[in-house]
Amino acid sequence: MIWLEKRPQPSRFFAYVTPLLAVFATFLFGGLLFAALGKDPVQSIVTIFWEPLFGEFAFYYRPQLLIKGAPLVLIAIGLSLGFKAGVWNIGAEGQYIMGALFGAGMGLAFYPAESVLIFPAMVLAGAFGGWIWAMIPALLKVRFGTNEILVSLMLVYVAEQLLASMSLGLLKNPEGFGFPGSRNLQQYDSAHNAEIIAGSGMHWGVVAALIAVIFAYVLLTRHRLGFAVRVTGEAPRAARFAGVNPGRLVLFCLGTSGMLAGLAGLFEVAGPAGQVSIDFNVGYGFTAIIVAFLGRLHPVGIVLAGLLMALTYIGGDIAQSQLGLPAAAIQVFQGMLLFFLLALDLFTNYRLRFGRAETV
Amino acid sequence: MDLSVINPILLIAALMSAATPILLAATGELVVERAGVLNLGVEGMMILGAICGFAIAVETGSPLTGFLAAAVGGAMLSLLFALLTQVALANQVASGLALTLFGLGLSALLGQGYVGIKPPRMPDINFGFLSDIPVVGPILFSHDPVLYFGLLLVAAVWVTLKFTRVGLILRAVGENHDAAHALGYKVVRIRTLAIMFGGACAGMGGAYISLIRVPQWTEGMTAGVGWIALALVVFASWKPWRVLLGAYLFGGITQLQLNLQGAGVAIPVEYLAMSPYIITIVVLVILSADKSAAPGSLGRTFHASH
Repeated sequence: MIWLEKRPQPSRFFAYVTPLLAVFATFLFGGLLFAALGKDPVQSIVTIFWEPLFGEFAFYYRPQLLIKGAPLVLIAIGLSLGFKAGVWNIGAEGQYIMGALFGAGMGLAFYPAESVLIFPAMVLAGAFGGWIWAMIPALLKVRFGTNEILVSLMLVYVAEQLLASMSLGLLKNPEGFGFPGSRNLQQYDSAHNAEIIAGSGMHWGVVAALIAVIFAYVLLTRHRLGFAVRVTGEAPRAARFAGVNPGRLVLFCLGTSGMLAGLAGLFEVAGPAGQVSIDFNVGYGFTAIIVAFLGRLHPVGIVLAGLLMALTYIGGDIAQSQLGLPAAAIQVFQGMLLFFLLALDLFTNYRLRFGRAETV
Repeated sequence: MDLSVINPILLIAALMSAATPILLAATGELVVERAGVLNLGVEGMMILGAICGFAIAVETGSPLTGFLAAAVGGAMLSLLFALLTQVALANQVASGLALTLFGLGLSALLGQGYVGIKPPRMPDINFGFLSDIPVVGPILFSHDPVLYFGLLLVAAVWVTLKFTRVGLILRAVGENHDAAHALGYKVVRIRTLAIMFGGACAGMGGAYISLIRVPQWTEGMTAGVGWIALALVVFASWKPWRVLLGAYLFGGITQLQLNLQGAGVAIPVEYLAMSPYIITIVVLVILSADKSAAPGSLGRTFHASH
């Protein structure tokens, strides 16, 4: 007979190994999925994971890794703080949209004036937009005990409608020949989130993501607030005795993750995307949930997981154009990864025992 | 703007149809939560049911077979959730999110060949002269079979939970899984069955959108209905009849905002379209003060230590 025994302490070994095992299992089952779609599984995996890094056109794809990875890492870092403390912000997609709207709105308000102060003002506005959107579920939770999962998610749909309204109305390009979408911020020097080193993919969002990683690392390992976050997640009652104010912690976790998601939205709209449009958001806010878990809610892990997820996006695009692999297959692939991770986590907290259970 | 184009009788009739997907999914989730499991994957199971039902209905030409396939599809996906949370003892919140992300991707993949196709139409039940009665006829006797099935389902769940032994055991497992285990009930088995029931209901709810409400297939077409269904269970404080009331309330709002869009009200379309979500939040705020009705073991992982 096989049975499970709870470990007194989660296994450190398995905590590090399960993400790798999950990636491996996803390769395996992802390969089967690609085979079922009539594609060569090995070639598909190579195209997705090897081509962008070491293939013929790697010089073009490598900068993309930073461009796609930065928003994922930025959002996931914020989410991980909340997830650690048991505060579930799953509306990052909405906060990302609001950050982009506030930031782009700030920049477009000054058009066509040129000043070095415009971009910093946009950054502040973007952070504020994400923060205020996350404050809605946070305040409702603290004041009325409303479930933050449902409220933050409902606000994603509200934000999507606002985005549509803005790109068709208030922020629409007056010289855009009636097409939906705002002016292109890439053509507006003061507002453009340009690459810091041309051709490297390194824009201000990447810098912000790195700062967020360092900030989160120091916070979690060296600061009292980080201690409060960890204790609340692991033992809420003990946290209460340790003097942690649960309400203030909810405000902090949701506020920080909202702010970072808003920043990600602003850097995206002012840089790679360039304009506010109806289909501006592509699901980074949801993929970041996978990134946070895959990175074990640890800042360094999140960087690695973010780069891996960015790779699946880029490789997925290549596989789509070269092999005709459907875009949705990549989405399934990403979902699978989270499944395997959650399932294999069993071995972190439990030990498999063989033989008869002895009677106590 | 011309509000007189909104016919109140037709509005009520359409409201019942708009409420049915939410009603089906929420009733299923209610049973799951009464068994002590929080499955946040309703949206994922609904969208998978939507495409399974649509594809099978198109292939076989029979909407009824489509609905059965949707139930099976939803139940299969929920079985993955059961594996994660009941066997692998994973966190229920994270597993539910995973289910939704996976379901959205899988449905998009399955639905590639089905964009822009018209599904076979499900005929309304013929009530004969009853449907000609003014006012009552169009409201009560002019619908498809699945809508009546939804109403029957609520009644059946109510009777089962309140008056039968099965319902008592299910509630015992949800209120205190350790006590239920000590009494010799198979907690994991009962919960797995409840989860699959919830998955089947959500799948049918999804198929109702793709086969009857819209009727066609587009990616992500459930657009948050699954999440509204989850909110509805809280709103109903885990009582079946209140789920019905809540579903009709939300169905009414959805239908009214669609009719207002059609009537050309001066409010922009986007702001009308966001109203169901905002109202969900408002209702959650008003009702979240009372959580005493929640099952005692809701969302907690059960592991029988030997």
